[in-house]
Amino acid sequence: MKEFSCLSLSKVYPSRQGIVAALDDLTLHVDSNEFLCIVGPSGCGKTTLLKIIAGIQAPSLGKLTFTQPPPQRAPRCAMVFQDHGLFPWLTIIDNVAFGMETQGIPIEERRSKSLLWLEKVGLAAFTRHYPRELSGGMRQRVALGRAFLSNSPILLMDEPFSALDAQMRLVLQTELLQYWADKRQTVVYVTHDIDEAILLGDRVLIMSRRPGKILEQHRIPLSRPRAPQDITRPEAADLKWRIWKTLQAEGRLKPV
Amino acid sequence: MKTAFPVFIRRFLSDRMLLILLACLFLLVWELAAARHWINALFFPAPSAIGAAMVSQLADGEALANVGATLERAILGLLLGCTIGLALGIFLGWSTRFRQLFDPVIGALYPIPKLALFPLFLLLFGLGDQPRIALIALASFFPILINTIAGARQINPEYFEIAQAYGANRRIILFRVVLPGALPSVISGLRLAAGNALITAIAVELMQGQGGLGAQIWWAWETLRISDLYVAILFTALLGIGSHYLLEFLSQKLLPWQIEQGKAPATNPIPEI
Repeated sequence: MKEFSCLSLSKVYPSRQGIVAALDDLTLHVDSNEFLCIVGPSGCGKTTLLKIIAGIQAPSLGKLTFTQPPPQRAPRCAMVFQDHGLFPWLTIIDNVAFGMETQGIPIEERRSKSLLWLEKVGLAAFTRHYPRELSGGMRQRVALGRAFLSNSPILLMDEPFSALDAQMRLVLQTELLQYWADKRQTVVYVTHDIDEAILLGDRVLIMSRRPGKILEQHRIPLSRPRAPQDITRPEAADLKWRIWKTLQAEGRLKPV
Repeated sequence: MKTAFPVFIRRFLSDRMLLILLACLFLLVWELAAARHWINALFFPAPSAIGAAMVSQLADGEALANVGATLERAILGLLLGCTIGLALGIFLGWSTRFRQLFDPVIGALYPIPKLALFPLFLLLFGLGDQPRIALIALASFFPILINTIAGARQINPEYFEIAQAYGANRRIILFRVVLPGALPSVISGLRLAAGNALITAIAVELMQGQGGLGAQIWWAWETLRISDLYVAILFTALLGIGSHYLLEFLSQKLLPWQIEQGKAPATNPIPEI
């Protein structure tokens, strides 16, 4: 079943250099419970696309249609950002609970659910700490908790692990796969890391340079549950090579 | 670094010790100079004479009454000015339209010396304590207002986007994003406002008696009781130090997510030699 569709989305906005076209006639269908990854060159409008889906920005043209009515006690979309994602002035537990707070869920329920999450990710000792006292990996675990606990049907992730070191990234990717296996929310995951897209996603879309549109898409030929070593399987390596060639032809992708 | 002082003297001369030592030395020289008539004791009474005046003022309750009167006016005015300044500042910081509308008004009113309005306030509010408190409120209103607007505006727009993405209503955005995000700047405004409130309180008392440290200073000058003059100035300085440390304490309590950032070590470590 389809979760939502983006129909001919275009987005232009004014900047000091004149008018910038971020998205151009982009059409996209996302199935329920699908893990969709989007890769593309830097500044290709991936973040703009996520913000339009989240309802933070309005498209200049085109429209966004959801199959389901908005949920009663949850925001439609939960977002995980690369950084700046947590409120520096809220304690860790209040940050985790924020997605529930906006839905008017009573404080006892928020607290107990948040505490359960923090115990699960090994941060139970940090409930009263503030984000700046935590490492980057710990902070993203908190941000993931906020997103998962909001119970939103759609999870939007904007390069959530790109600021982490390679090992921590792998750890969190593995954790994300586990949490997602429990919840099976619809995920749109933006990344510039091809390996990450193949490891996590059911399907990967390749976006063009700005103004962003979809160049091609691939089903990821790996079964679930997945483990980090799956990325070395021949079919994964083959797909990586094809995506890499497309992106290289599109140019301006920084070598990874 | 090589030094002429042995270690135990360097240890003894830690910053605070040095300050106290210098102050004692200064008072001692002053006392001696007054006793030997090197300086005119009418203008510079000996520290012992000032101390005696202070003790007698404390004993008969005059000191407490004056400090209390000044403090009461300053605090009432500060609370009034801050409440209005904070509320209006949050509103103007949030709403671009109203900010643009009010910007020239603030720009025009802010630089007016508030004391110049005191006669007008006397006309408007009568001769009681209201015109003083209103003027103190006005003097503390502007720093809070301007700092709150600036504080609300410098909040990273991403925090608003996160709140919006999670479906936060205006009340949650106000209490979870705007207020805490603007708070560091509001606290700096509060420091300025507290200073303004104290200055204005004493200034209006100087101009128009009715008790308080300012009135005491003026009365001591008119009757040439110079020791009392010094005592009043001393109490004023003590109020300044007191409010400084109180606000320091308050900002650490209100900004727990910031304290470690600029926290200096509690004691100055002595370098090993």
